[in-house]
Amino acid sequence: MDLYEYQGKQFFARFGIPVSPGDTADSVDEAVEVADRIGYPVVVKSQVQVGGRGKAGGIKLANDADEVVIHAGNILGMDIKGHQVRRLWIERASDIAEEYYASFTLDRSAKKHLGMLSAQGGVDIEAVAVENPDAIARTHIDPVDGLTEAQAREWVAAAGLNPDATEGTVAILLKLYTAYVDGDADLVEINPLILKPDGQVHALDAKVTLDGNALFRHPDYERFEATQVLDEREQAAKAKGLQYVGLDGFVGVIANGAGLAMSTVDIVNQVGGDPANFLDIGGGASAEVMAGALEVINNDPKVRSIFINIFGGITKGEEVANGIVAALGRVDIDVPIVIRLDGTNADLGREILQPHLSDKLQMQPTMVDAAKRAVELAAAQ
Amino acid sequence: MSIFVDETTKVVYQGLTGSQGRFYGLLNRDYGTQVVAGTNPKKAGTDVDGIPVYATVADAVEATGATASCIFIPAPGVSSAVIEAAEGGVSFIVCITEGVPAHDEAWFFNKLRRDFPQVRLLGPNCPGIISPGRANIGITAGHIAKEPVPGAPAVGIVSRSGTLTYQALYELKLNDIGVSTCVGIGGDPVPGTSFIDCLEAFEADPGTDAVMMIGEIGGSAEEEAAEFIAAKMAKPVVAYVAGVTAPPGKKMGHAGAIVSGGKGTAQAKMEALSEAGARVGLNPTEAGQLMVDVVRSLA
Repeated sequence: MDLYEYQGKQFFARFGIPVSPGDTADSVDEAVEVADRIGYPVVVKSQVQVGGRGKAGGIKLANDADEVVIHAGNILGMDIKGHQVRRLWIERASDIAEEYYASFTLDRSAKKHLGMLSAQGGVDIEAVAVENPDAIARTHIDPVDGLTEAQAREWVAAAGLNPDATEGTVAILLKLYTAYVDGDADLVEINPLILKPDGQVHALDAKVTLDGNALFRHPDYERFEATQVLDEREQAAKAKGLQYVGLDGFVGVIANGAGLAMSTVDIVNQVGGDPANFLDIGGGASAEVMAGALEVINNDPKVRSIFINIFGGITKGEEVANGIVAALGRVDIDVPIVIRLDGTNADLGREILQPHLSDKLQMQPTMVDAAKRAVELAAAQ
Repeated sequence: MSIFVDETTKVVYQGLTGSQGRFYGLLNRDYGTQVVAGTNPKKAGTDVDGIPVYATVADAVEATGATASCIFIPAPGVSSAVIEAAEGGVSFIVCITEGVPAHDEAWFFNKLRRDFPQVRLLGPNCPGIISPGRANIGITAGHIAKEPVPGAPAVGIVSRSGTLTYQALYELKLNDIGVSTCVGIGGDPVPGTSFIDCLEAFEADPGTDAVMMIGEIGGSAEEEAAEFIAAKMAKPVVAYVAGVTAPPGKKMGHAGAIVSGGKGTAQAKMEALSEAGARVGLNPTEAGQLMVDVVRSLA
């Protein structure tokens, strides 16, 4: 779950990480009100989950209320790489002496946490990592030990920051690590972490990704979930508890299990088709779940055929087939469907499906054959 | 022969009294697995269809000589369940539970490595392990796995994906190929057992003649496995990687299946495996056929 900058800053503030005073605004009037309250000059920042906001004109400095009116008016409603700006973050402008980069994430190879710190912040850190990898000081942290102050000090020294920034940076890194662990984040990133002329260090930006699996420890994260932008199809699938990812093609895909669903999407592609979605209905494949899945796909106007790929394991073929038949009775499907049913008692399942087969409901013995047929049928539509 | 589990493995089910634990615990027993105990601190002294329930894993180990545990505890309790199993004295822990926070996984992985280096954890978020004809621990439908045929080559399977594991077992069965052991390592960010752990064990297992490996997008576990295959494996490997067409930055069901910044793509993984000498199929059926060719050449 990716947080917006303003949510990330609120999250940081909770763990005592210094951020600029500021607030959100959803209208020009509100923006002026916030700016008047926190004092000029302010920075007007678009709240969208995409990089390159500054270049797109989505971040502007305003010295007085008139400038806030102009910038807020321009930025609200702006389209930044397909993301519409609906909310602004207004914060006090900061004097900047130097810009750094700091982050924590999980290093899956090392199976430990990884801290990265660089004196070259404020820019695309991935470019720095490629062009000048030595400019990033890395430290691995054993989750059992956590980050000690001694380790943080050594790490900051290795990054070669301005000595004036040492104390402030060590303090922020310790707090940032606590936020990362106690907040169950997959990623916490500050870019830039700034040193001000007065020697203060603080977070000028906030990028936070929270672990959706840890919601049971953080019931308050629901408010972050509520602001996630999903496309309409994803919204509908989520309401039905289905694992759905929208793609741009025309063959709707339903499969049981994430791996099989991914594999199905791949095969549709391999035989020359273009999948409309990834949809994992899980192990059960009951009539209710199947009907929900068909409804979600049926509402996608781009879909011209549907490929149902089910492998019965513990769930038997006849249960799956009965589920499909019952679901088809409940949902009015406009486009042709191709079914591949295999695994436990697949023979019994196919027998149940047999009398229902038609031009609009076909069955194929293998994944590849079924994918080919679904692609042919889509092309003929 | 097999790796990690066989007919002598005695298993205690943590969460046997829950609906999932009971369902799969009894299925595993029907398969022939030695399901010797369950645990539930509130139901010690009772039984589940004749399987005795103890308060803790330590009690179960003392009373039954259990050597492995299988965890069906909801995600919030998994950290303490894993440590309880290790402290209780089992040497193999299979954690089926999905939805475990990544920080918990990173913590207990390192805790085990430091304080219980002799204990192997499989999972979380995995289908478990089956040595066909000997033991089935977890949620795999046992009958889709074919027992090794005496005198004929047998295949070991290691997979990050549950349903694709079943698909692989099924493809081999259709082609009359027996399986020594099939290990589902799970798709989470910090799996207790890695591809390399399994490849190493299969390479050393006299009952395994070739290995089928099923990977997926995200992370670098397949690339690391490729290095191991190139450097250390003499037995033939057939590989399949799911998620070739996954869009960057999108999660597709598994916590591990996320692509970022061009790293961890299925394409990169397939190339690495191919360069390492593995035969790479573009879909599960093609991988199955490649394995048929391998087995024929070995027979």
